[in-house]
Formats: sequence, C-alpha cells, structure tokens
Amino acid sequence: MGLSAYLAVSALLFLIGLVMVASRRNLIYVLMGLELILNAANLNLVAFNRFRPGGMEGHLDGQIGAIFVIILAAAEAAIALAIVLNIHSLFETIRPDDIDTMKD
Amino acid sequence: MLALALQHGAETAAHAGASAAEVFGSSTAMWLLAVPLLPLVAWVLQVCFGRFLPRQGDWLPTGAMGVAAVIAVLHFFKVLAIGDPGFNLAHELDLPTWKFFFSDPGLTEGLAGFYAGILYDNISASLLAMVALVSFLVHLFSVGYMQGDSRYNLFFSNLALFTFAMLALVISDNLLFFFVFWEIMGLCSYLLIGHLAADKEAPKMSAAWASMKAFMTTRIGDICLFIGMMMMYEAFGTLSFTGLYDAVQAHVDGNGGEWSAWLTGAGVMMFLGAVGKSAQFPLHVWLPDAMEGPTPVSAMIHAATMVAAGVYLTARIYLMLSPTAQLIVALVGGFTAIFAATIGITQYDIKKVLAWSTISQLGYMICAIGAGGVAAGLFHMLTHAFFKACLFLGSGSVIHGCHHEQDMRQMGGLRKKMPITYLTMLVSTLAISGVPLFAGYYSKDTIIAKTLERSMAEGSFVWSLPFYFLVAAAAITAFYMFRLIFMTFHGKPRAHCSEHAHESPWTMTVPLVVLGALAVVGGKFWLLDPLGAFSAGGEWFTNLVHDPHHFVDHDAAHHAHVGAMTASLIAAGSGILLACLFYLWKKLDPGKIAAALGGLYRLVYDKYRFDELYNATAVRGTMVVSAFAAWVDKTFVDGLVNAVGRVMRGLGDASAATDLHVVDGAVNFVGEATVAAGQRVRRFQTGRIQQYAYFTFAGAVLLAAVVLFRVI
Repeated sequence: MGLSAYLAVSALLFLIGLVMVASRRNLIYVLMGLELILNAANLNLVAFNRFRPGGMEGHLDGQIGAIFVIILAAAEAAIALAIVLNIHSLFETIRPDDIDTMKD
Repeated sequence: MLALALQHGAETAAHAGASAAEVFGSSTAMWLLAVPLLPLVAWVLQVCFGRFLPRQGDWLPTGAMGVAAVIAVLHFFKVLAIGDPGFNLAHELDLPTWKFFFSDPGLTEGLAGFYAGILYDNISASLLAMVALVSFLVHLFSVGYMQGDSRYNLFFSNLALFTFAMLALVISDNLLFFFVFWEIMGLCSYLLIGHLAADKEAPKMSAAWASMKAFMTTRIGDICLFIGMMMMYEAFGTLSFTGLYDAVQAHVDGNGGEWSAWLTGAGVMMFLGAVGKSAQFPLHVWLPDAMEGPTPVSAMIHAATMVAAGVYLTARIYLMLSPTAQLIVALVGGFTAIFAATIGITQYDIKKVLAWSTISQLGYMICAIGAGGVAAGLFHMLTHAFFKACLFLGSGSVIHGCHHEQDMRQMGGLRKKMPITYLTMLVSTLAISGVPLFAGYYSKDTIIAKTLERSMAEGSFVWSLPFYFLVAAAAITAFYMFRLIFMTFHGKPRAHCSEHAHESPWTMTVPLVVLGALAVVGGKFWLLDPLGAFSAGGEWFTNLVHDPHHFVDHDAAHHAHVGAMTASLIAAGSGILLACLFYLWKKLDPGKIAAALGGLYRLVYDKYRFDELYNATAVRGTMVVSAFAAWVDKTFVDGLVNAVGRVMRGLGDASAATDLHVVDGAVNFVGEATVAAGQRVRRFQTGRIQQYAYFTFAGAVLLAAVVLFRVI
C-alpha cells in the first residue's frame, strides 16, 4: 500500500465533508462536515510525512501538525457550537438557508 | 483735495500816506469780509429755518443786507475821503491771504500754491457800496411785493445767496474765485427767474422756460470765459488780477510792444463771458425773457448783480485786452446799444421795455470800456444801477397797483393815483435819458466823450462807429423811456385795472424814494456846488477812478467833451420832443408810422426774430445733433454692447452644455457604472452561507487550475 491509497481515502473524506458543508440543511451536520475536511487534511499531513523521501527517521513535522489541527478543531467545535446555540436562540432555527440576514 | 491755510503774507509797502492807514483800522479786512458773509449766513439760516421763523424770516436776509449795506457804504465814504486814484487797500494794510495748495506734496513744489485774497480798490469800494445798497433796497421792496407768494421764504433765501455771490465777486482778487461766484450767480438767476414756475397754486411754465434759457445762454459765455482764463493761466501761471496785468504787460513789452494773436483770442474769450452775463449781442436773448421772474428779481439782475458782473469783468480784464480785442468790445457794446434800443420802442410790456433798455445801457458801458473809458463805463454802471433799479421797482409798484397788469396799453393816468411812484420814475427817466443835472447825464456824457476821443485818436472808420451808435441810441433811449412814462402815467385810464390803481405800501415806496434821490445826485454832488453842475469834470467817480490809458492830450479831450456833450444833449432833447409829439400831445399817430413801416416794424417788434433764428439754428441744431447722438448710441453703442452680451451668452451656453453633458456625464457615468457593477456583484451576496462555501470551493478549484495548468 503506497501513498496513493492514503491520498485517495483523504480525498474521499474531503469530498464527503465538502458535500456535507455545502448541502446539509442542519448547521450541526455542516460542522460535522467541517470536521471531516479537517481530518482529511490531517490524514494528508500524516501520510506525506510517513512517505517523505529519505524516511521519517527524526522527522515528525506532519504528525505534530496533525495534532495542532486536532486541537484547533476542538476549539473550533466549541466556539462553532456556541455560535449555533446562539443562532438557534435568536432565529428559532438552525437551517442555514433561513439565516440570510447578511444579505441586505 | 485742497488744503487751506491762512497766512498774512501780503507785502506791507505803505507807499501811500499815513492818512489812509489811519482811516482804515486793522480790523478793516474783517469788516469787508462781513459784507458778503452776512447775506451768506442769512442764506444758510433762511434755507434751514426760514419756514419756522415769524413772517417766514423775511427780516433775516433784509436785516443782514441792511447791516452789510451800512458797512459797505461807510467804508466807501472813507475811500471817498481819501480820494486817491491809486488807492488799493492791500498797499495800506496787511490783508489776509488764503493759500490753497494741492495736498500732493510733489505738486506744491512746482505750483507754489494758489493765492486768494481781498481786492479793495476804488472800483471795488464803489461797487461794493452800490451792490449792497441796491440789494438791500430790493430786499426791502420784496417784503411788500412778494406778500402772499407760496414760496416766500425761499425767495428771500435765493435773493440772499444772489447778493452774497455778487458782493464776494466784487472783492475777489483773482479770476478763479471771481468765476466761482460768477457761477453761483448763474445758479441764483436760474432759481429766481424760475421762481414762479414752482408756485404751488399757479405754476408758470413760461418762467421755467425763461430760467432755462437764461441759464443755457449765459453758460455759453461762461465756457468761453473759462477757456480764456485757462489760456491765461497756462501762459502766465497766475489768475490774480494784478499778477495778470503785470504778466501781460511784461509779455507785450518783451514782444516789442506787439500783442500776440493768442492774447487777443484769450481777451475776446474772457469778454465773451461778459457778453453772456451782460446780455450783449448776440447772447442778449435771455434777458427780456428773464422778465418772467418777479419784478424785484428783475431789478436785482438788471441793476445790482448779474449784468453788472459782466461789465465789472470787462473793466477788470481791460488791461489784458489787445487793441483789436478792445475794438471788438467797443463794437459789440455799441451795436448792442442801438440794436436793443430800437426794439425798446416797439414793446408794450412795461417790463420788456425796461429789459431792452437795460441791454442797451449795458451796451453803453461795454462800449465805453472797449473804447478805453473804464472809468466812464463803471460810472455809468453805478448811476444806471440807481435809476434802473428805481425804474424796475417803480414798474413793480405799478404792476402791484394795477393788480399784476403789465401791458402799458391797459394803463394810463396813473400820475394822480400813484404820485410817489410817478415822481421817482420820472426822475429816473430823466436820468436815463441824459438830461442835465441827473446822474445819467454825467455818466452817459463821459462815455460818449470817451468814444469820440478814441475815434479821434484812432482816426479809422470802424473806431468812429461806436460814437455814432451811442449818440443815436441816446436819442432812441430818451424816446422810448418817455413813451413809457406817457403811456403809463399820463392821459386817461384805458382799462379797469388802471382806474382802480392804488399807491403801494411804505416798504415799496421807501426804496423808490432812496433810489430816485440817488438818480438825481448819484452822478455829481452838484447840490454842494450848484455852479459846477453843467461843467465837465468834478464827477466823484471819475475823480476816484482814472482810466489806465489816455489816447488824446488834454486839449483834444476837452474838445471831445464839448462835442460829445452837444451831441448827447441834442439827441436827448430830440428824443424827448418826439415822445411828447407822439404820446403826450398826440400830434402824431404812432400806429400810422408803424403801418407805414410795415414789415420793418414787424421785424423790430419781433425783436429782429433772433429767438426764431436761434431756435432754428442753435436749438434745432442741438436737437438734431443729440438725436443723431441718440441714434448712434442706440444703434452702434447699444449694438456693440448687445453683441458683446450675445457672444458672452453664447459662450455661457456652450460652457453650460459642456458642463451638463461632458462633466456631468462623466460624473454620472462613473456613478451609473458603479451602480451597474454593484447590481451585478450583489447577486453573489445571497446571504446563504453554504453558497458562499460553493464559491469558495469554486475559487479554490480555479486557483488550483491556474497553478496546475497555467491557464492564465
């Protein structure tokens, strides 16, 4: 199994996340799609580090980056969920289509 | 801007005896200044407060004039007592001199200022006394005559200003100030001749025309006078009389005794001022029309002021006149004397007869001065002032008594009803006719003698003309004056108005009596020396004022005097006799003579149709020129202005169009383009967060495509 397999899984994950972000009618699912996109990126980071030319001996850049992204994602989730909660209390809905006050 | 500085700078060369200095105190200058200043102050007060004063303030100018007359006459007596022909107060005393200079310091260096002061010599002294006295009497007369006038207060204020100007003119020592007062008189004559034109109840339009005519006609002369003055100033840099005499003399001497042509021109120019003011031919037309003014004004203009100023000017500029100019002056005067006298015969309006008589008598004075008889001319002016003022005020009294009837054909038989008026007017008529013992005899005789002397000295035909003119005019004068007396006072009343005539109040008869008395003794004080009454010489005025030039020696002068006396006595006698034949004894019928003369009589009666001539030429000419000027103005000047306006308007329109379409268009285009762009771009701003995500992804894909395939 080479790098291509990881990249393929990662691309699949990214696409699934993108479709969720773009098309779901629930903000919670949109956030979940975002998590998938971030994890697709993490998978890429880890895979590229693992298959770096000359071996990964002494090099953990990709893994460290992935850990950072995970921490970021946790923080993002906390804030995003708080925003969703506030949106729900303000608009009585969490359908992104209904929240279009930014239009005008 | 003129700055005024008072300085006592006149030279103090006391070359006359100490007696004159003792007679005149150091305050004399102030007293003399008070003479013109009193009526000036009265004028100011009368204009400002006259309406609110009791009797509308008529006592104010009259009183001021009374005081001025007393001062002037007292000073004149002092001059008479000194009896020095060369008397000039400036030689005796420090007279105040006013120095005017232009405030530009650069100019004062070159011009050294302009000096003005008081001139008080024998001529000024006599004239000042005469003007002040006659003016005072006219003021007094007006109190009675103008009663009930709707502009009573203004009449007196104008009269006061008129008198002020004349008094100030007489004691001005330079032509510039002379000219200023001369012009004030022009204004006052306009106001007073037109006095009745502004009457509140019955405005008299003919008076308005007459005042305008007087003003415009004298203006022609005034402009000439100013040109003459400027020629003198340009040449000699001074306008003071004595300065000009010296300068002209020096110029002629430096020229080998020859008079330059331009000096003749300047002299004639200045004389033309006198022609206008003294109503000499050909500018005489205004004076008969000036009769539209109230009668006291006529008396004032004809005797004391205005016309006297012209004669005075001619006398003052005599020393600047070249022999040619003198001939012109003498001919103008002589011709005017006989020309106006012939018209006087034919007139029926009592005031018109006197008006033409004045023009004729002024001709005598001017002619005398031209012939070198400065003293004779001024002497006649003084005596004429007395008897002509008396005649005018007498005619005013008659008109007043006859309820404002002026036509002599409506009068007659007033002798019994108005005895004082009759006697004073008779005395004055005797004086103007040149009957011995009366004032006019001495002065007129002197004039005729002077013209004869000059004619003998020059020996040419043209120089003999003035003498013949004047002798003929003397006969005509006697004729028409007695015609006036006979038609007015003798015979039977010819109309209702003369049947109910009445004598005038004392304010009117007192001036008549005073002036009548002066018409008797004003020439020679013969009451003091009855034996000398008929002899030549001994007239106070010719003793006081001497002619600057003598053209013949003493014996020839004596011969001329005898000849002139004989001629003028014969002339006067024949004129009076003829008048008696026509109008007193009715031996001859004037109507038949007039009918026999036909066209000639009509021509004279119509005053030789000079009014028509001037209307057809000068007035119409002016009208045509002004109509042409108006046409040029409307067509070309207005056209030019309008064209410029149109061009400017076109430029403005173009500018507006550019602004509207180009500048505004650009601005609007920017705005519209921005709006249109905004309309397009706003479609992306749907507010749907997921759509934004699509766009973001699409953008990312696009970027990736660019990077990967180098699309752009």
